Amino acid sequence: MTLLQLNFLNKHFGAVAALDGVHLTATSGSRTAIVGPSGCGKTTLLRLIAGFETPDAGEILLDGHRIADADAQVPAHLRNIGIVAQDGCLFPHLSVVDNIGFGLKAERAVKLARASELLDMVGLDQAMLARKPDQLSGGQQQRVALARALARKPRLMLLDEPFSALDTGLRAATRKAVTEVLSTAGITTILVTHDQGEALAFADQLAVMRGGRFVQVGHPREVYERPVDAATAVFLGEAVLLPAVVTAGRAQTPLGVLAVEDLEFRGQTTVLLRPEQISVRRVEGGEGDGVITDLVFGGSTCNVCLTLGGTEAFSFRIDVPSRDIRSAGDRVAIGVDGPAHIFP
Amino acid sequence: MSSIADTSVLPAQRRRLPAASSWTMTTAVSVALLALMPLGFVLWATVATGWETAQQLIFRSRVGELMINTILLVVFTIPICTLLSVALAWLTERSDLPGARLWSWLCVAPLAVPAFVHSYAWVGLWPGIHGLGAGIAISVVAYFPFVYLPVSAAFRLLDPALEDQAASLGLAPLAVFRRVVLPQLRLALCGGALLIGLHLLAEYGLYAMIRFDTFTTAIIDQFQSTYNGVAAYMLAVVLVVCCFVLLGLEAAVRGRRRYARLGPGVARQAKVARLGRWAYPCLLLPLVTSAFSLGIPAFTLGRWLVGGGTSIWRMDEIGLALSQTLVICLVGGLATTTAAVPIAWLSVRRPTRASRLLEACYYLASSMPGVVVALALVTITVRLLLPLYQTLATIVLAYVIMFLPRALVSLRASIAQVPMELEQAAASLGRSPANALWSTTVRLAAPGAAAGVALASLGIMNELTATQMLAPNGTRTLAMAFWALTGEIDYAGAAPYAVLMVLFSLPLTWLLHHQSKKIAGR
Ligand SMILES: Nc1ncnc2c1ncn2[C@@H]1O[C@H](COP(=O)(O)OP(=O)(O)OP(=O)(O)O)[C@@H](O)[C@H]1O
Ligand SMILES: [Mg+2]
Repeated sequence: MTLLQLNFLNKHFGAVAALDGVHLTATSGSRTAIVGPSGCGKTTLLRLIAGFETPDAGEILLDGHRIADADAQVPAHLRNIGIVAQDGCLFPHLSVVDNIGFGLKAERAVKLARASELLDMVGLDQAMLARKPDQLSGGQQQRVALARALARKPRLMLLDEPFSALDTGLRAATRKAVTEVLSTAGITTILVTHDQGEALAFADQLAVMRGGRFVQVGHPREVYERPVDAATAVFLGEAVLLPAVVTAGRAQTPLGVLAVEDLEFRGQTTVLLRPEQISVRRVEGGEGDGVITDLVFGGSTCNVCLTLGGTEAFSFRIDVPSRDIRSAGDRVAIGVDGPAHIFP
Repeated sequence: MSSIADTSVLPAQRRRLPAASSWTMTTAVSVALLALMPLGFVLWATVATGWETAQQLIFRSRVGELMINTILLVVFTIPICTLLSVALAWLTERSDLPGARLWSWLCVAPLAVPAFVHSYAWVGLWPGIHGLGAGIAISVVAYFPFVYLPVSAAFRLLDPALEDQAASLGLAPLAVFRRVVLPQLRLALCGGALLIGLHLLAEYGLYAMIRFDTFTTAIIDQFQSTYNGVAAYMLAVVLVVCCFVLLGLEAAVRGRRRYARLGPGVARQAKVARLGRWAYPCLLLPLVTSAFSLGIPAFTLGRWLVGGGTSIWRMDEIGLALSQTLVICLVGGLATTTAAVPIAWLSVRRPTRASRLLEACYYLASSMPGVVVALALVTITVRLLLPLYQTLATIVLAYVIMFLPRALVSLRASIAQVPMELEQAAASLGRSPANALWSTTVRLAAPGAAAGVALASLGIMNELTATQMLAPNGTRTLAMAFWALTGEIDYAGAAPYAVLMVLFSLPLTWLLHHQSKKIAGR
């Protein structure tokens, strides 16, 4: 069942089109991640959904009811949409318990009970209840902000880069805790992030945003394996892009003839391989398929530059397990597993 | 050889810096002691009078009346000023009120009109006006900018993300204002309200003009008519106690916390509220306020000037008063700023518990009413240092005590803006410490110092109470001349003096307005 639907959303700031025709559907209980480069309009989109800004055109439907279009908006305080901002945005003049209980209309005792329950849920110590926000670390503030947003059991939760202030270890832990809390509560969630790993791990729907619009929306695996264009492919992870001549499901590339899924396409194009499809093995003595011309040691993997033999020397960079590869100049055999992807 | 020379030079060099700062400290402490003299005097007066006499003089019906007047004045004026200022600040900072920038300036402009000129203007318009009601009304129009200024600056500094957040947690706009905005305005509100309270206690001319008795007017009456020293001292003691009550109340309400913005980055600019069809009703508020706070003085002064024609412009007298005023303002402003330099430097560059304590002393001293400062200095000079009685030195000391915090605020802000690294860089380029200080910090802090001089001078120009009691014989400042003429019911003759005071104050008031915008970063 659809909970949130965005149709043709437009928002301009002066001459800047922050949002330029955004469509999105989120089903009840789903987790959507929005990724995109800085300034592409992610925060603006969340602010529109939360009711902090008004769209210039288009409409927002929540549970089938129109909550905003260019003419009329349901004000933010009547939407019951929770939002956790990048910096947590706790009220500096209130203690943790008052922050969490801020949106509750209940007696103090009830608020206290609910606050301590929520604090447990986000994995914080009860001793924090009496503290002021400036006595908490960044990660703790973030979790209190989440608890505060959860307190009212919102229909929809918006997370705007909630983990970006945290260091790597804490980040993974907090993300895991948050994901658990949200899926236990069955709250539909939209997460905005810069971090494609985070997005892929979190979401069951991934939306890639660029220049104020979604260039691709789909299941994370689908978007990762079959991105619509090279930029999206590169944004979501390591990508090996090869020039190719395609005919009838076969692509002629510097790596040899590769299978492609699209049987219709014919002509010159670029095809995508993910590094996990490529296996690189050192060959002793023989010619191999290529030579390593540069090598950066990185622990478990080495980032190498492979230059292929053949008529025009084509080269690309790729991470390979460092056990096998020793030094620049090594000759290697290259294997490819699975079909290459043609950008539509 | 050379190594011995080196080691013998180094420790001496190292000792130099603390020596310089201890010298600064000594100066700062001396100024603080001078500033605390009036308080010491009040203590001395209480002890010297003896409990028996003090009790008789304090617990009598006259003091009771004055107390009731004072309490009523404070209890009505401060809340009205607060409500008015918050409403005005919200309209000018957070709504699309037509002409918001102009209104914001017009809300500060009443400060350019001395309080007793406000009073004079109202009396000119409604000759029979007197008593508590009049006192409250005139006090509100004369003093509300003291709350408006900090509150509008605070509005500009608020992080609108917090308000958005509160809305997403289900709070209607009015509840957001009450539970998120107001608590963050608390510091500004408390500071402004305290300032108004202290002015209410200290003002003389405003209330004397409309025959409303407060402790200050009563002390001056005593002082001028009978010179009943002890009775005046005891009133001063009660007045000082009132000041302490206000200071204590403010400290209790304000609390100790500052609400810093949490999190990184720059706050988003606040959205302005659309007034829509409410715009015109809302315009009424700044319009009516300005009509009373600026319109009435402008109208009355204009009427007297037109009615009085050229005969009221007695140029020789006016010229003399003007030149005397300018000299006193300039000397006083410079002295005040100079006296503030050591503590400003210490509090920025060597902040310690001692420097904070010293600062508190200056603030405490300056919150003593002018009449108490003057009474103390008169008594001390008459009894101990007669040659200093009614000299420029004494009156300048009074101004230093009363206006030092104004200079301090400007100075400290501008010293803090000069990065210490700059001084060090200059030193590393081969300048001596004094030279380095001069070529960097002093140069860069000069605008702040100039602003400090200007703000102190503004206070001095419009000061009447202490000036009257301490001015050297033959001195007649604009304020004194104005007051003397209104005393003789020569309202027309007083008008040119009032106009001059307003004209000189206007640029300084603009500076104040500008400074408050700058503090908020716009
Ligand atoms: N209040 C505003 N006034 C003018 N322009 C704005 C405003 N808010 C956002 N913009 C512009 O709209 C565009 C989208 O901004 P937005 O904050 O949504 O980006 P974002 O995708 O969240 O970026 P980031 O990942 O860096 O947070 C940007 O070009 C920005 O400059
Ligand atoms: Mg953003």
